[in-house]
Amino acid sequence: MSSQPSAQPDSEVVVRRAVHVPIPPEQAFALFTARMTEFWPAEHSIGSAAIAEVVVEPAAGGRWFERGVDGSECDWGRVARWNPPGELVLLWQLGADWTFDPTLRTEVEVDFTADDTGGTLVELRHRHLERYGEQAETLRGIFDSPGGWTGILAHFVDHARQVDA
Amino acid sequence: MPTSAAAVLDALGDATRRSILERLRDGPSAVGVLASQLPISRPAVSQHLRVLKEAELVLESVAGTRHLYRINPAGFEVVRGYFDRFWATTLHNFAALAQAEAATSAIPDTQPERTGDLT
Repeated sequence: MSSQPSAQPDSEVVVRRAVHVPIPPEQAFALFTARMTEFWPAEHSIGSAAIAEVVVEPAAGGRWFERGVDGSECDWGRVARWNPPGELVLLWQLGADWTFDPTLRTEVEVDFTADDTGGTLVELRHRHLERYGEQAETLRGIFDSPGGWTGILAHFVDHARQVDA
Repeated sequence: MPTSAAAVLDALGDATRRSILERLRDGPSAVGVLASQLPISRPAVSQHLRVLKEAELVLESVAGTRHLYRINPAGFEVVRGYFDRFWATTLHNFAALAQAEAATSAIPDTQPERTGDLT
């Protein structure tokens, strides 16, 4: 909106995180995509059942979804770019109320770069978070539900504090 | 440290305050205008705006005698902060898994080299 001087039209809200791992890019890429279940925060599920598996289908255009212990599947998004071992882009299409919203496209870009010790620098950027701002109705709703974002956020804050302590 | 998540959540825990934010999403507005659009009095609107301001969800600017309220874009910090913590945890878990992988795959290949600096 023109009335908001600090919000340029192209202003992008991004989260950046990086981590170093002691395995080569090929292995890091495989671990990140094929075994996401093993490092995904378990409480972070949108299905009615607990997560049995987080699946990233290994090709551009593939699905990214969770399978519950009861066999039910909930979409999270899509594989936008699949270029092992260097680059992975996932579309994160979970709305503010933690349901799949095909009209929402935020991007999780992950770059795997070899370092000179045989390890890999994993750089993650979660891009276009400002697109949550277009979800006025949903954003209004999320704070109404104890199981919605507020609940998850509160839970997450508690958890983070415990980890920090 | 900016506004706590608790203050933001408290501020958003009220249906009237959420409808005020809804209206401000269309652009800046004054207390009187908001009061005419909502089934509450002008002092009540002011009260709610104060809470929203304290939670840093709304900014106030003064032009002469006219006070205008608008959405604070930094309110996105809640969204950003959420995902920042989320990915910090997730990548931390990933690194731990990768370290475990590196340790197990190292064993069959080579005998661990004893360098004498083990603690």
